[in-house]
Amino acid sequence: MTIAPEEKKALVPDGYVRLTIDGREVDAPKGELLIRTCERLGIIVPRFCDHPLLDPAGACRQCLVEVEMGGRPMPKPQASCTMTVADGMVVKTQHTSPVADKAQQGVMELLLINHPLDCPICDKGGECPLQNQAMAHGRTDSRFVDVKRTFPKPLPISTQVLLDRERCVLCQRCTRFSEQIAGDPFIDLLERGAHQQIGVAQDKPFQSYFSGNTIQICPVGALTSAQYRFRSRPFDLVSTMGVDEHTASGAALRIDTRRGVVLRRLSGNDPEVNEEWIDDKSRFAFRYLTSKGRITRPMVRGADGQLAETSWTEALRVAAEGLLAARAGGIGVLTGGRLTVEDAYAYAKFARVAAGTNDVDFRARPHSDEELDFLASHVVGTGPEHLSYSRLEAAPAVLCVALEPEEEAPVVFLRLRKAALKTAQKVFHLGQWSTPAVLRTAVELGSAEPAARDNLIPAVPGAEAAVLADLPAHVVEALTGGGVILVGERAAEVPGLYSAVAALGARTGAAVGWVPRRAGDRGALDAGAVPNLLPGGRLVTDAAARAEVESAWGLAEGTLPTARGRDTDEILAAAAMGDIAALVVGGLDPNDLADPAAALAGLREIGFLVSLELHTSAVTELADVVLPVAPDAHRSGSYLNWEGRRREFGAALEAGGVLPDCRVLDTLAVEMDVDLFTQTPAAAAGELARLGSGNAAAPAAPALAPSEPLRPGFGQAVLASWRQLIDDASLAIDEPALAGTARPAVVRINAATAERLGLAEGADATVRTERGSITLPVALADLPDGVVWLPGKSGESQVRTVLGAGHGDLVGVTA
Amino acid sequence: MTAPVTPDPLTPVLTRRWQSPRSWAIETYEQLEGYQALRHALTTHPDRIIQLVKDSGLRGRGGAGFPTGMKWGFIPQGATGPGAKPKYLVINADEGEPGTCKDIPTMMADPHSLVEGCIITSFAIRANFCAIYVRGEALHCIRRMRKAVEEAYAKGYLGKDILGSGFDLDIVVHAGAGAYICGEETALLDSLEGRRGQPRLKPPFPATSGLYASPTVVNNVETIASVPAIVMGGSAWFRAMGSEKSPGPKIYSISGHVEKPGQYEAPLGITLRQLLELAGGMKDGVPLKFWTPGGSSTPLFTAEHLDVPLDFEGAAAAGSMLGTTAVQIFNETVSVPWAVMKWTEFYKHESCGKCTPCREGTYWLVQILERMVAGEGTEADVETMLDICDNILGRSFCALGDGATSPITSAIKYFRQEFLDLIAAQPAVQRPEQLAELTGATA
Amino acid sequence: MSDEIFDEVTRQRTKEIISRYPQSRSALLPLLHLVQSVEGHVSQDGIRYCAEALELSTAEVSAVATFYTMYKRRPCGEHLVSVCTNTLCAVLGGDDIYARLKEKLGVGHEETAGEPGSPGSITLEHAECLAACDLGPVLQVNYEYYDNQTVESAEQLVEALQRGEKPAPTRGAPLTDFKTVELELSGIFPDLERSVEGPSTAVETMRGAQLASERGWLAPAMPDSPPAFPDLPEKS
Ligand SMILES: Cc1cc2nc3c(=O)[nH]c(=O)nc-3n(C[C@H](O)[C@H](O)[C@H](O)COP(=O)(O)O)c2cc1C
Ligand code: SF4
Ligand code: FES
Repeated sequence: MTIAPEEKKALVPDGYVRLTIDGREVDAPKGELLIRTCERLGIIVPRFCDHPLLDPAGACRQCLVEVEMGGRPMPKPQASCTMTVADGMVVKTQHTSPVADKAQQGVMELLLINHPLDCPICDKGGECPLQNQAMAHGRTDSRFVDVKRTFPKPLPISTQVLLDRERCVLCQRCTRFSEQIAGDPFIDLLERGAHQQIGVAQDKPFQSYFSGNTIQICPVGALTSAQYRFRSRPFDLVSTMGVDEHTASGAALRIDTRRGVVLRRLSGNDPEVNEEWIDDKSRFAFRYLTSKGRITRPMVRGADGQLAETSWTEALRVAAEGLLAARAGGIGVLTGGRLTVEDAYAYAKFARVAAGTNDVDFRARPHSDEELDFLASHVVGTGPEHLSYSRLEAAPAVLCVALEPEEEAPVVFLRLRKAALKTAQKVFHLGQWSTPAVLRTAVELGSAEPAARDNLIPAVPGAEAAVLADLPAHVVEALTGGGVILVGERAAEVPGLYSAVAALGARTGAAVGWVPRRAGDRGALDAGAVPNLLPGGRLVTDAAARAEVESAWGLAEGTLPTARGRDTDEILAAAAMGDIAALVVGGLDPNDLADPAAALAGLREIGFLVSLELHTSAVTELADVVLPVAPDAHRSGSYLNWEGRRREFGAALEAGGVLPDCRVLDTLAVEMDVDLFTQTPAAAAGELARLGSGNAAAPAAPALAPSEPLRPGFGQAVLASWRQLIDDASLAIDEPALAGTARPAVVRINAATAERLGLAEGADATVRTERGSITLPVALADLPDGVVWLPGKSGESQVRTVLGAGHGDLVGVTA
Repeated sequence: MTAPVTPDPLTPVLTRRWQSPRSWAIETYEQLEGYQALRHALTTHPDRIIQLVKDSGLRGRGGAGFPTGMKWGFIPQGATGPGAKPKYLVINADEGEPGTCKDIPTMMADPHSLVEGCIITSFAIRANFCAIYVRGEALHCIRRMRKAVEEAYAKGYLGKDILGSGFDLDIVVHAGAGAYICGEETALLDSLEGRRGQPRLKPPFPATSGLYASPTVVNNVETIASVPAIVMGGSAWFRAMGSEKSPGPKIYSISGHVEKPGQYEAPLGITLRQLLELAGGMKDGVPLKFWTPGGSSTPLFTAEHLDVPLDFEGAAAAGSMLGTTAVQIFNETVSVPWAVMKWTEFYKHESCGKCTPCREGTYWLVQILERMVAGEGTEADVETMLDICDNILGRSFCALGDGATSPITSAIKYFRQEFLDLIAAQPAVQRPEQLAELTGATA
Repeated sequence: MSDEIFDEVTRQRTKEIISRYPQSRSALLPLLHLVQSVEGHVSQDGIRYCAEALELSTAEVSAVATFYTMYKRRPCGEHLVSVCTNTLCAVLGGDDIYARLKEKLGVGHEETAGEPGSPGSITLEHAECLAACDLGPVLQVNYEYYDNQTVESAEQLVEALQRGEKPAPTRGAPLTDFKTVELELSGIFPDLERSVEGPSTAVETMRGAQLASERGWLAPAMPDSPPAFPDLPEKS
C-alpha cells in the first residue's frame, strides 16, 4: 500500500476565507456572496432577484442552498444570494443536497402556479431565465389545479416599455434598478401579497432615460420593449458587439440583427466602462439606419440644379475635379461629431495631404480658440490611465462644469450617482438649476433623505469662469486630494471657462477630464481633425512634429502647412465672404453651430461643396456632390470615448453597398492623385497607431481672463441652455417610442424673476430675440435671478436656429 | 437563604393599576409609584440598567422571546464608528397576531408604564428619539398614548434635560395603517420610514442598522412596560416569578369558548388547565377541541396539552411556541378545516408579497382549503398542502410564512381524519362560483 | 388642483407632522391619514399632495398607499364599519354579523351604502383580527370598539348610524365620523382632552386583576426601596 504524501495546504491569502462547496474547497474574498463563489466554481445556483449590480434582496428564494457553519448545519436552507462566505463554511447546492434541491423545486413550482403558459408568444421565450430554469430544475407536471391570477394585458408603462403583470415573478429587479441605479423611482410595487404587482403612478409613466435596462434585466417576459415586441425570436438573431455611437461614453452594446436588419440593441457588459447599463437613446435610437432619408447612392448636381443619382466613378470624378480646381482658392474640411477615429483620421489627412490645409475642424457646435488650447494642453493623448470611470467612481469629490451629465453623458451620470450612493462621493455641479441629475447625485450614504442641497454651485450664464476662480472653500478642499473636474464642450460658450478649469485643476491637483457630448469628438481630436493639431496631438506650429508626420506620410519636407488653420466658424465665414473655394463636409448639421444662419450662408455661398452623409440634410441640399457613407452597423471601426479609451467594434451587418468615410476619402484622394492609405478602417487605424503621439511637451494651458456675464435690462433675462438627451437629434429619428419619453420642453425661471416678468407657472412664456421667438409653458426652478433656461433642440425650443442666440446671451421674456 | 416561595396563581404587575379609576392619567400613575423607577434609573450608569435587565432574564414579549438585556447590549456605544450614530428606540405596538389582545389593553389602561419604560430604556441605550408604532386600528390606544406622552412632557419626564439629568428624549406616537406584517420588526422599521412594510434583509440587524440605518432597539409594549417594575423590584424579585429561563409575569389573553375570557397575568409557566380554572372553565361545558398557545402562528394544541407549562421552553418542547400567549380556545363544535381555512385567508391577505413561498404559497393554500371546505377536496390535497407548507416553512423571507404553515401542519397532525372525513363527505357543490357564498368572507 | 382640496390649515398640519420626525419620509403614513381626513379616501390628488410635501415620486407614494388596508381607494361613508371575521370572532358570530350587515346594507367588502360622505352613509368591511379577542365578536365603527356584539346588536347599531345617531362605543371616544378619526390617526388631535376620556376597560380586560384582588393574590412583594443596580462584570 502506498501512502499518499500529505498534501501541503496552501495558506489562505489575506482577506480571503476558505470554504467547501459541493465537496470542493475554494478560497473566496471576504464578503463575497455565496452565489458568486459558486459561479466562480462553475456551479450555477438558479436565481431571479439576484443581480450582481443591484443590492441583494433575497426576495425570490430560488437560490436556496444548505449551509453548515462550524460543523453545525444551519436549521433552514439559506439564500445564497444574500449570504456571504465564511471560513470553514460547508455549502451544499442542489447538486449535492436533497434539501436544497427540494427547496429550489418548491420555489420554482410556486413561481409557476401563477405564471401563464404563453412562452410561445412571449418575447422572452428562448432567452428566459424562468423558462430555462424551469426546464432544468422544475417539475414536469403541476399540482396546481386552482385559479390562476390574471390581469388585463399588457400595460404600457411608458411609450417604450410594456408590462405583462401575470408574467412577472416580482423579483423587483426593475424597481431596484430604477431606485438604486437610475434614481428614477417611477416604477414601484403596488398592492400587497398575492395582489402585489409592478406598476407606475396613475399620473406619471415610467419616464426614465434608463428604462430600457429594466427590460433587459427582467428575468421573464414581463417587461417588453414596444419597439421589439413580437418582432423576433432569440434563435433567429445574430449578435455582434457594438459601441454606442450616440454619446461619448464608449458603452458596449450588443446588436441583434436578423436578415440584414438591426432588430434591437442591448447593453453589453463591460465592468470598466458602462457596467451593464446604457441609456435609452443608445438602446433604442437605431431606426436612422433604415429611415427614409438614408442616402445609399452617390449624387451629383446637374445643370438643372437638381441632385441626381449617379455612379461612384462619376461622382468621385466630379468631386475630385471640383476640388482640384478649388485647391488654389482653398479647401476647408468640416466634420460632424460622429466620426470614428479612423474616419476622423482620414479627414485630417485628407485636409493636410489632398487639400493642403489646416482648415479642418471636427467641432460641429459652438467652439472657441481657447478650447483648442485647452484640448491641446489637457486632453489630447490622455487615456484611462489619466482618468477613467473607475478613477471617477473612486474620487472623493467631483465637479461638473458646463456639463449636465445625465443629458449629455448619461453613462457618466450613472457612475457619479453610484459613487454618491455607495461611497458618499460629493458631486458638485457648476450650473444654473437643480436639475434631476443634480438632485440624484446628492444622496447621502445610507440616508433616506435627499442630502442637504449644497451640491449645486449656481452661476449666471457667462459668470461660470468667475465663479470657478472664487469657489467656496469647502469645494476647493473637497477637490484637493484626489478630486476630479469634468468639463463639457459647452465650456467653449463661456470665454475664460476652459482657462478657469485648467487653473482650478492646477490649484487643487484634481484630475481634469473632458466629456464631449458626441461619440466622435474625442477621437477626432486625437486623429488631428482640428486646426491646431496633427494626428497624435502634434502642434501644427511645431516644425519637428510636422517633420515626423511628413516622414510617416511619405511627404516631402515642408509640405505640411505651418500655420494654425481656421476653425469651423471661420471657415464658414470665409466661405460666405468668398475667401475659400470649396468645402468637404462630413456629417455636419449647420443648425448645431453657434449661428446656424451664418453657417448656412457660408454653405450657400461656397463655390464647390462635397458632402459625405448618411441622410439628406441641410448640407446635402446645397452640395454639388453627395457621397453616401456607411453607418456603424455596416462597418467596423473604433471610437475614443471621453476617457480616451479606444472602443473597437465590428460590422453588425454586411456593407450593403455603402462604404465608410475613410474609404470614400481615400478613393476621392486617389482621384485627386494623392494616396491617403485609408482604404479600410484597419489600414487607417494601423497608420494612426504607427504615428504615435510624438514626444513634444504639452503646450501651455489657455489663460483667458474670466468674462463678465451680461446684465439683463428691463424685460430681459440671460439665457441658459443645453441639449436634452432625447431631443431632435438627427440620429434619433423614426423612433416614436423613444421620443415619447423625452422630457417636455419648458421655459425654466425662478419664482421671483417670473413674478417680475409677469409669468405664471404652467402658463406660456415667450422668449425672443431679434431673430425670432419661442413660446413654451413656464416651469419654476431654482435658477439665479434674471436667468431663463431653454432646452437646446427640443420641439418648439430650437434655440440656435430660432433665436440665433445661446448660453449667456440676452433674451427678452414676456408672458 | 430563604426557600423560594411559590408565587400566587395570578401575579398582577403590569395589570396592577388597571382597576384604579382613571388609571391612565398621570396623577393616578404617580400616586401608584409611577416614575419612581425613572428617578432611580437616572442616578446610575446606563450600562448598569442594561445589566439589570440582563440579570432579570426578561425575554421579549412580542413573540420570539429574545433576551431583552442582551438586545440592548448589542447597541454599539462610543464616540466613534457605529456607536457615534444617533440611536433609536422603537416600540412595537402593532399587535396583530390573531388572538393577541394584551398590548392594547395595557396601553389603554396604563400608558404611563410604557412611557416610563421607554424613557428608562432610551436612557440605557442612549437614544434621544423613541417612536411608539401603534397599530392604526387601535385608535383609542393612540389617544391614550399621545395624552400620556403630552403629560410626561408637561411634567419634565420627556423633552430636554429630563429631571435635571442632562438626558434628552422625544417620543412620537405613530399610527400604522393596517398591515399585520408591520409587526415584524424590520418591516415595522421600513413602515416607520414611510415605506411599504416589507421586511428587511438581516444582517445588518436593527441593533447596528435599524431606523434610518442607525442602531435601533425594537421591543414589544409588554416588554418595555415591564422595565419600570424590574427597576423597582430588582432582578431577584422578577425572577421570583416564572422559571429559570422564562422568568417574570406574563399577560395571558384567554379568548373563545370559555366562560370568562379576559386578561390574566400569571407567572410564566402556568398551564392551560390552570388558566381554564381561572377563566371559569369551558363555555357551557362543551369540551375543548383545540387551542393556540400564543396566536394563530403557533402550532395548535389539543386537550392532550392541558398540562404543558406555558413558558418558552415548555411550549416549544410540546411542539408549539409560546408566541404572544394569546390563548384562543375552540370547543368541539368548531370544524378544524374551516378554522384553518379562515386563518390561511388571513395569512394570504397579510402576506407582504416580497418573497415567493409566502406570497404564492398562501395564495395556493387558500384555494385548496376553500375548495375543501366547500366539499371539493381530494385526499391528494392533504398531502399537497403538507408539501406546500414544507416548501414555505424555513424558505420564506420572514417568519410570517412560517407562521402561515403552523395552523395547517398542526391541524393535519392532530386532526387528519377530520380532513379526510370532510373530503369523503363530498357535499354536492360545484366550484368555484359558489365558493364565496359558502365560505362567507373571502379576501 | 391640490391647492384647492388641501387648504392652508392642512398645509400647516402637514408641516407640523413632518417636523416630528428625524427624517421627513417618516411622515408619509401620517400624511396619508391626513389626506383621508380631508378627502375620505386617498385620491390621486392626495397622492400628489403627499409626493410634493415629501419630495417623493407619485409612484413611491402609490406604492405605500396601496400596501396598507386602512388607506381606502374609493370615497368612504360617514362611518366605516369593520367587522372582525378572523377565526375566533368568526366562530363566535363575526361571520354571521358580517353576512347580516352585508345583506342589510346591500353592499360588499369596502363598499358604501348611501352617498359616500353623506350623513348616515356607511362603508362596510370585514377586518382581520382587531386585537379584542376576549371581547369577541367585535366590530369597530371608525376604529372605536363595539365589543361582544350579536347579529341583532350590530344590526341595531347600523340602523342607528343610518338614522344619524351616534351610539357610544364600548371602548373608545364618543363616536364622530371617519374623516375626524383619520385626522387623529395623522397625529392631530383637535379635542384630545375630551376624546381621551372615553372608556377603555371592559369587564374582560380586568378579569384577571379582579380575580386576583378577590382572592388576595399578589405579585411577590417588592423591596421597600429599589435595589441598587448591579455592578458591571469585569471586562475580560
Ligand atoms: C409576522 C410577524 C408579526 C409580528 N407581529 C408582532 C407584533 O404585532 N407585536 C410585536 O411586539 N412583535 C411582533 N412580532 C415580533 C417582532 O418581529 C419582534 O420580534 C418583536 O417586536 C421584538 O420585541 P420583543 O423582543 O420585545 O419581543 C412579529 C413577528 C412577525 C414575524
Ligand atoms: S417586471 Fe420583471 S424585473 Fe420587474 S419585478 Fe417583474 S419579473 Fe422582476
Ligand atoms: S436569487 Fe437569491 S433570493 Fe432571489
